[in-house]
Amino acid sequence: MYRIVTKKVLGPVTKMYVIEAPEVARKAQAGQFIILRVSDKGERIPLTIADYDRVAGTITIVVQEIGKSTRELGFMEAGDELASFTGPLGRPTEIENFGTVVLVGGGLGIAPIYPICRSLRAAGNHVIAIIGARTKDLLFWEDEMRTVCDELIVGTDDGSYGRKALVTVPLKELLDAGRKIDRIWAIGPAIMMKFCALTSQPYGVMTLVSLNSIMVDGTGMCGACRVSVGGRTRFACVDGPEFDAHQVDWNLLLSRQRFYLDLEKTALEAYERSLAPAAANN
Amino acid sequence: MAKGNNTPRHEMPTRDAEERRHIFGEVALGYTLEMAVEEAGRCLNCKKPSCVPGCPVNVRIPEFIAALAQQDLWQAVAMLKDKNSLPAICGRVCPQETQCEVVCILGKKGQPVAIGRLERFVADWERMQGMRAPELPAKTGKKVVVIGSGPAGLTAAGDLAKAGHEVTILESLHTPGGVLMYGIPEFRLPKDVVNAEIDYVRKLGVKIECNAVVGKLYTLEELLAENDAVFLGTGAGLPMMLNIPGENFNGVLSANELLTRTNLMKGYLFPAWDTPVKVGKRVAVVGAGNVAMDSARCSLRLGAEEVHIVYRRSRDEVPARAEEVHHAEEEGIIFDFLTNPVEVLGDDKGWVTGIRCIRMQLGEPDASGRRRPIPIEGSEFEMPMDTVVMALGTRPNPLVFTDAAALERSRTGTAVTNQENGRTRMERVWAGGDIVTGAATVISAMGAGRIAANDINTYFQDSSGPWWIEPTAAPAAVSD
Ligand SMILES: Cc1cc2nc3c(=O)[nH]c(=O)nc-3n(C[C@H](O)[C@H](O)[C@H](O)COP(=O)(O)OP(=O)(O)OC[C@H]3O[C@@H](n4cnc5c(N)ncnc54)[C@H](O)[C@@H]3O)c2cc1C
Ligand SMILES: Cc1cc2nc3c(=O)[nH]c(=O)nc-3n(C[C@H](O)[C@H](O)[C@H](O)COP(=O)(O)OP(=O)(O)OC[C@H]3O[C@@H](n4cnc5c(N)ncnc54)[C@H](O)[C@@H]3O)c2cc1C
Ligand code: SF4
Ligand code: SF4
Ligand code: FES
Repeated sequence: MYRIVTKKVLGPVTKMYVIEAPEVARKAQAGQFIILRVSDKGERIPLTIADYDRVAGTITIVVQEIGKSTRELGFMEAGDELASFTGPLGRPTEIENFGTVVLVGGGLGIAPIYPICRSLRAAGNHVIAIIGARTKDLLFWEDEMRTVCDELIVGTDDGSYGRKALVTVPLKELLDAGRKIDRIWAIGPAIMMKFCALTSQPYGVMTLVSLNSIMVDGTGMCGACRVSVGGRTRFACVDGPEFDAHQVDWNLLLSRQRFYLDLEKTALEAYERSLAPAAANN
Repeated sequence: MAKGNNTPRHEMPTRDAEERRHIFGEVALGYTLEMAVEEAGRCLNCKKPSCVPGCPVNVRIPEFIAALAQQDLWQAVAMLKDKNSLPAICGRVCPQETQCEVVCILGKKGQPVAIGRLERFVADWERMQGMRAPELPAKTGKKVVVIGSGPAGLTAAGDLAKAGHEVTILESLHTPGGVLMYGIPEFRLPKDVVNAEIDYVRKLGVKIECNAVVGKLYTLEELLAENDAVFLGTGAGLPMMLNIPGENFNGVLSANELLTRTNLMKGYLFPAWDTPVKVGKRVAVVGAGNVAMDSARCSLRLGAEEVHIVYRRSRDEVPARAEEVHHAEEEGIIFDFLTNPVEVLGDDKGWVTGIRCIRMQLGEPDASGRRRPIPIEGSEFEMPMDTVVMALGTRPNPLVFTDAAALERSRTGTAVTNQENGRTRMERVWAGGDIVTGAATVISAMGAGRIAANDINTYFQDSSGPWWIEPTAAPAAVSD
């Protein structure tokens, strides 16, 4: 069923997988996501569609290992099969010729902005991308990004690669430079999206973010993904994941993302204990 | 054999309340053969049985019970399954006290025949024999796609496969079964029972494709282009919230989230299974339907110390099955009637700390015939809580209707059909179950699946008549 065709290590905790899912690939569009389960007892984890190939019938995802499920996925190799793979979910990014657009990808957010850049460029936009991460090890796809944008700015928080700056710094410079910017996308950790939203707000430039709330089904059934946008409760999985950044209740998102933290830690610890004997044998 | 009320109705053996508060094992343990045969012996085999019209699908109650009384169990199975394709499930979850049993003649002077328990016994007996492989008819060459694998979809698919059509079920979750798998907990409906029914449908040659979200992966138009008929059985899975302040605090969950994490994802086995589910020490469940009872009883089993059912009407209006309310009370669930939350309270970090409620009193009957609850001014009070579960009812999920403008829907989002044949306004599209009625019952969904399957067969034989005929009378929808 959902076979891993290719696996590529992009960094110590970042891996890319190309997965055979012809039906999903036929329908996938930039901005959408999938939900997969690694094993039969596995959690349903949402991951952004980083690329799709309708001819080969594959979907590409880029995953950062942060907990039990993503670590378990990290042990899977090309040829292995996932227990389930559902998508494409969420609304696709609205693609038009807006003029000049800026896409900010923070850390893992580089993966989702890649197909959006490509689609926006194909629609005739002048595409400027800013990619950044905490440190060099977490950066990836610089070369790939170059092929889908007109200008690329690369940086790290600690200065280990590219400019030493948070992504909001070049974003503000672009806004201050007096160039007309028609639309901004900022995708990455919630805190980074929040600060991008605060950066662009005074300039009145429409800014879109992709909200990574906790999800279960991804089809509007459970309400775990509730976010508040413009004072209204929305379900990120079906009403989003993209929303107007200036309307998002960021503190609510940040707080709701922490709901299961203690149990996730329990799961990871139990998993690491179960791995320990194997590691000792190596 | 002692007929009628000369013998009392046989009690259902149940697991001790103190034991079961902590485990997900089935609560009702089932009759033994002796009990079942004796209970069957109480039935008068009425010439004009009043029980049969009480059942939404008119199960041949006297016939199956008579066969059971004579210990001809295969005959009992045949009689039972003539009308009900999911008896092991319906025997466990039907609200018998408002359907077949309430109108049993014995109920007039004493206790009605335990029809549901007998149904469960016969169906469980059959399953223990190992399901007989069905005989498959000649292929008709017709292709039908069934969307949704709840009781409506499973029944429609099974009946259509038996008629020789090529049937595929598309299910959005990774496991088939609908509410039977993700909603109703193991302690009330063991998943082995549901899986046996799903296996049976597969044995009939039905293909089940999971992880297929119609509206996203396929549209109705695409499915119609490749199939001769489409049946929509996508249920009513969209949770409603109260829309009161504080509803997004950490610790406020929809019943769907709690139940899906617990049942579908086996959260009660965390961390052996990966999905966490979290309830605090004090839990308030808002609502009093089956969904609320299941949420409350799951919370207890997940470790809550005090669980409240908070309901704005009184005990008389509780829509849940009587048996579940009884079991919930035995397990120590606290019922706060005539109480309505007006606000969820939280701390500065965004976590729930309680609910503010207002007391209610009953006024005149409303559209549903139940007395309308009215708030008593100045009666507000607070209850400290760690978890608040909203079990306020559900509506059909609109995803399946994506790009299907021709499919007429009601104001509440249900699919409009002629319930006599299951046809929607869109040609070659049938629908049944909760997607049409709003949240209702397993047996009514099963019945709707069967009506549609029959009509699909009729249509395949002769499609010359008009597609849409105005229904004679619209059956009332069940709500709350
Ligand atoms: C729409 C969307 C797109 C995403 N795209 C990507 C992506 O392209 N690459 C990537 O690496 N990650 C992505 N994520 C985040 C990813 O889903 C989580 O990292 C993953 O679920 C963590 O699982 P875990 O068991 O390894 O970690 P856990 O220890 O379970 O969780 C660590 C953190 O991840 C978040 N998380 C946990 N479970 C879920 C869940 N079911 N849904 C959402 N968040 C959860 C929580 O905030 C938690 O604190 C996306 C999330 C969403 C909602
Ligand atoms: C917690 C709970 C307890 C209940 N207890 C009882 C009880 O005790 N007795 C009783 O009689 N009834 C009970 N009910 C009601 C009963 O379960 C439902 O009326 C019945 O399951 C409806 O059947 P259905 O086939 O119409 O839909 P469902 O069982 O809801 O199945 C619909 C299926 O369609 C799938 N689906 C939805 N959208 C799509 C899509 N776009 N593409 C593909 N698939 C899709 C869903 O994932 C689901 O699997 C309960 C319900 C709940 C939630
Ligand atoms: S299906 Fe339900 S209502 Fe009908 S006879 Fe059986 S238990 Fe009673
Ligand atoms: S009404 Fe009661 S006694 Fe009469 S046939 Fe039905 S179950 Fe038996
Ligand atoms: S993830 Fe369940 S409703 Fe959005």
